Amino acid sequence: MIATLEQPRRAKTMNADLIVASLEGVNKNYGNVRALRGVDFRVRAGEVVALLGPNGAGKTTAVKLLLGLMLPNSGRARVFGGDPTNPENRMRTGAMLQVGRVPETLRVREHIDLFSAYYQKPMASAEVLTAAGLERLSDRKFGDLSGGQRQRVLFALAICGDPDLLFLDEPTVGLDVEARRMLWDEIRRMVAHGKTVLLTTHYLQEADALADRVAVINQGEIIAEGTPSDIKAKTAGKRIRCVTNLSQNILRRIPGVTEVKEDREAVEIHAIEAESIVRELLARDAGLSGLEVSSAGLEEAFLALTQDNGQNGNHTK
Amino acid sequence: MSTATIALSNRRIQRTPLHAATIYLKEAKYEFLKNLRLRMYTMSVLSFPIMFYVLFGLVLNAKESIAGARVPTYMIATYGTFGVMGASLFGTAAGLASDRGLGWLQVKRASPMPPFAYFAAKVITSMIFSTIIVLALFTLGISLGGVRMPAADFVRLLGTLAAGSLPFSAMGLALGYFTGPNSAPATINLIYLPMSFCSGLWVPFMFLPKVVRQIALALPPYHLSQLALGVVGAGRSESTATHWEVLAAFTMICLGVARIGFQRDQGKLYG
Repeated sequence: MIATLEQPRRAKTMNADLIVASLEGVNKNYGNVRALRGVDFRVRAGEVVALLGPNGAGKTTAVKLLLGLMLPNSGRARVFGGDPTNPENRMRTGAMLQVGRVPETLRVREHIDLFSAYYQKPMASAEVLTAAGLERLSDRKFGDLSGGQRQRVLFALAICGDPDLLFLDEPTVGLDVEARRMLWDEIRRMVAHGKTVLLTTHYLQEADALADRVAVINQGEIIAEGTPSDIKAKTAGKRIRCVTNLSQNILRRIPGVTEVKEDREAVEIHAIEAESIVRELLARDAGLSGLEVSSAGLEEAFLALTQDNGQNGNHTK
Repeated sequence: MSTATIALSNRRIQRTPLHAATIYLKEAKYEFLKNLRLRMYTMSVLSFPIMFYVLFGLVLNAKESIAGARVPTYMIATYGTFGVMGASLFGTAAGLASDRGLGWLQVKRASPMPPFAYFAAKVITSMIFSTIIVLALFTLGISLGGVRMPAADFVRLLGTLAAGSLPFSAMGLALGYFTGPNSAPATINLIYLPMSFCSGLWVPFMFLPKVVRQIALALPPYHLSQLALGVVGAGRSESTATHWEVLAAFTMICLGVARIGFQRDQGKLYG
């Protein structure tokens, strides 16, 4: 099921054509492993871009290059038109990364106090605590927090400097449904204030809920890019199953059909939308039987997309 | 070459001196609080030198003298050196290796934190813990061991040992860059404990086997302990300047190694 989620309304305070972050022809290798291959990727001011892909696809590498935490083997990463390592640019960016261990003996408010000090115009700490839903946890030590609460602290550290550009690497991984919704709301609020957000996720639903634009990445290559509905059209759509005497060639030529497969005595037709196809099928074959229409599962369809392009999807880290 | 490109393209942020001072102060404050609340750090770093001093300096040999100094006085210098070395090595290397290996340092590097503030906080914190250890030994020595010396000598001894935290903090930074989060504590102990023994911090220098005494001349803790012993009149009458020079050279070498690690990290992924 594809939930139609209301896209947040945003303040058009920034020039929408302004590219605030980009990877240009980037290759990045770790030894023999090619983490990114010829990646071209742009984020414009005020938009939310989701980098969608399975684990090990190269999402985190892309974020780390844009944060200047490492250098590409070739090509270049730019932020605000300059070098990502430029301290002035770091002043305008916030980052939520996947961390193995955060100092556990410091309290939540102490972590926020320290990170806020790095920035020129940080948000008030009360505001940060509210935004990340940490008001009641501010005196807790980091080591005493649950996994979801720890994620919220990392989110707080990313936003405390009131940055223009926010990098969120798998922000909701390990969160329960409620915590995930809360973080989504908070990200939408950031966007409504004119922030630009690049987030990585392996949930299509998350990309759909938040992003203006989605880039699907697999095995270090961007294999599809577009609005969430573009991507859904490519990945999701409808599955029509029926027994018919129409040949596969005829079926394939019906407008809107993306794929035809034989399935025992029946055929399985993939299409962007079902109604016009079904009308056409019934008109051409009066003896058609066993008609079933279902939604292609999102994750399943996404896997299909990533596997179509790679030989074998690499779904484990 | 790539690191040179980074260094060149780094423009400084215009921070007011007050803002910069605030960052350094907070970084140091929270580094100190972090370690103070870390039982593994305080237990091992504070309790061992104090325990050893009480046992070997106050309980067992309190009536005796070594090299013209009473044992309780002599051992403030040697266990002081031992304590300073431990506080500095663990305070820098263990934290750095863990921050690097488990991703926390990347979060900090992605922020506009001045990188130097991170290292300065570790060195300052190590120096504060070193001072605490030496003051604890003073208190015990004066109250239970009858240690007496002019106030100026107490100040000189404390100053010498606190300054002695620097070479070992530098060594810790180098180690932190070339050990992993799990191997760091074991590696530190592997260097710290034999070095302490060979430098005469546990068994007074003149009682060490001849071979070990020769090795000691190459070890930084030997030179720091001789400087400290010099203050209480129990040094081996070698040139004070030479001891300082050895420690300064050692500090520079360690900082150079740490710098290589720092630059290597710019282009590499951890965690």
